[in-house]
Amino acid sequence: MKLLIKNGHVIDPVNGLNNISNIWIEGSKIVGVGKKPDGFIKSREIDASGLVVCPGFVDIGTHLREPGLEHKGTIASEAAAAAAAGFTTICCTPNTIPVIDTPAVVELINQRARDVPVRIKCIGALTAGLQGKVLAEMHALKAIGCVGVSNGGNAIKDTAVFRNALEYAATLGLTVFLRPEDHWLAAEGLIHEGLISTKKGLAGIPASAELVDLAKSLVLIEQTGARAHFQCLSVARSKHYLLQARKRGLPITSDISISHASLCDEDILDFDTNFHVRPPLRSRSDRRSLVAAVAKGDIDVITAHHEPHDRDSKATTFASSSPGISSLDTFLPLILSLVEKGEISLMKAIDSISIQPALALGQKHNGISKGAVADLCCFDPKKEWLVTAHTMKSLGKNSPFINQVMKGKVTSTIVAGKLVYSEKAHQ
Amino acid sequence: MMVKQNIQLDAAGRLKHFLSIEGLSKTTLISILDHAETFTSVGERAVKKVPLLRGKTVVNLFFEASTRTRTTFELAAKRLSADVMNINIDASATSKGESLADTLRTLEAMQADMFIVRHQDSGAPEFIARQVSSGVSVINAGDGRHAHPTQAMLDMFTIRRHKPIFENLTVAIVGDIKHSRVARSEIHALKILGVPEIRVVAPKTLIPAEIERLGVSVHHDIKQGIKDADVVIMLRLQKERMSSALLPSGSEFFNTYGLTSKNLEAAKTDAIVMHPGPINRGIEIDSAIADSKQSLILEQVTNGIAVRMAIMSLVVGNASL
Repeated sequence: MKLLIKNGHVIDPVNGLNNISNIWIEGSKIVGVGKKPDGFIKSREIDASGLVVCPGFVDIGTHLREPGLEHKGTIASEAAAAAAAGFTTICCTPNTIPVIDTPAVVELINQRARDVPVRIKCIGALTAGLQGKVLAEMHALKAIGCVGVSNGGNAIKDTAVFRNALEYAATLGLTVFLRPEDHWLAAEGLIHEGLISTKKGLAGIPASAELVDLAKSLVLIEQTGARAHFQCLSVARSKHYLLQARKRGLPITSDISISHASLCDEDILDFDTNFHVRPPLRSRSDRRSLVAAVAKGDIDVITAHHEPHDRDSKATTFASSSPGISSLDTFLPLILSLVEKGEISLMKAIDSISIQPALALGQKHNGISKGAVADLCCFDPKKEWLVTAHTMKSLGKNSPFINQVMKGKVTSTIVAGKLVYSEKAHQ
Repeated sequence: MMVKQNIQLDAAGRLKHFLSIEGLSKTTLISILDHAETFTSVGERAVKKVPLLRGKTVVNLFFEASTRTRTTFELAAKRLSADVMNINIDASATSKGESLADTLRTLEAMQADMFIVRHQDSGAPEFIARQVSSGVSVINAGDGRHAHPTQAMLDMFTIRRHKPIFENLTVAIVGDIKHSRVARSEIHALKILGVPEIRVVAPKTLIPAEIERLGVSVHHDIKQGIKDADVVIMLRLQKERMSSALLPSGSEFFNTYGLTSKNLEAAKTDAIVMHPGPINRGIEIDSAIADSKQSLILEQVTNGIAVRMAIMSLVVGNASL
């Protein structure tokens, strides 16, 4: 197919593009930006007047739920939701059932992902069964295409096992994805420890749960030479530990989730379980400070940290509900809301959701340039829409933003030159 | 961005459920206390009944064991002429299969007018209040560490009977503040009623984070904490906390935070001593104090009936409007 995207506001952090322009695509590649390639005859055209055209979004921690938890989400349902939300690549977390700790599970996911609209990569398990005891077969996982390894939210309680896991991953040059949380300090905690947890009488998770584990991990990363990416930071002070480590030259990157970038513990409505997430929504100042760190480049990435759940997992008390927020559908409008509030520039925001996550995965990104792979997203920054169980494409309707009006909507998603989502086709 | 609304109030600001003291007005609290005064005499009559809830079905829905709270609610409902049903649900049984939402749907099919709910999880009564159909009221009989609003109201009622002017009082709450729903509800009630000095007294392990932001002062020494207090409220120390990573032993707790006659000398001479019960003699309170004239522990229980009658009749009256 020969595709022309016409008159869009092209924003590309890699090449510094920020102007109205045209993009010509042939096959899977971009063949021209601003200047029509000789002899190009379009077979299809997208009129992007009034729209932003930018690199497709990349998510490095999507809970796909399949295999094993198909009542919460399927590869097909969540990939469709991702495409409609402007994502061109998503990474499946290893906490499926069975866990992604053998090549067979990766093969299964690849097979089921064959016909979905977006690219799906697997993050393998760091330890077998995510049990924190025996190392996973990381070499085999790497060979079959895993982009990294992780123990997800399952703590490796034994520090010696953790050290060995980092050393082994470092041997293979695999990126280790870590979500810092001290198992004992977080314990049965439900929300951020502070005034709100005290008022609601919900067990608190102290900020120190993140800091203690982060500090421990950094010491071991330095010792083992592992390349690490910290996921879902929630505490402002974490930034200082990361900066210090980066100054010493440690190869680390990090992210915050869109939920933690948008909400704080004060926003939790009564005991609404849609606000139950791990790590917990932290204080107002944590939120502000972490978004500022992304704007400055101290934190690299904003992720969806998408965790779809079935109704029964949330229609209960806060303590017995499952943590997690279904966040793909509202991802872009929440990013744009940070831009509108002046907390981050549109250019930097797009960088943090498209280019930086690709770099964190160790992939090269040529942005929107001649010869680059045509992974693109077009969105209408002004279009308003209502979040309902019906308008959400994810199978998980567990969003704290349900029944709220969002501003900003993806209109087209293009993966490797192929138009995989078009709003008009889905209306 | 989001609108917070108090689920226990109707559009006109009247109580339709009674879930938490937080967010209620002084007028509402005073009206409950005044209303309760009118019910105190009912228990002294030969026929201990008024017909305010005649024909109504009240379900005591207890997911956590309780004797005195459940019994006083039952008595209160019966004195209001309601039909009362007690359902004790073993928490482990619900976790085995039926979800809380399904349990509720079953119970609602029995066409109850009011649920009195005690649950080990904070927020459970609110969850239930959101599920029930309009016209059905929910009263919180204690949820997790969150709230025990009827206990707080009966304590306010007891305080007012002995110390009528809230604006003149110093109140000390001593013990396991961290895990106490009673302490939380009392702090809200005392604040709303205008008590100028509220203190919490406990070791750091039993003080919840940032509690001073609720407008209380934190003390780690019992003598300083109850110094010149008009009201000393002791909290029950749960057995599982006595020997844990929070406290070394019950006896060490008694030696440091137990209310003894010697410690009580620091309070005002006419100070009153309260305890939501059941008491652990020799752990949080000396037997001599518990049985002394200053102790209002049994009066609290009696007052609990009148206060719960007041709350139930107010809520049902508003729900059927």
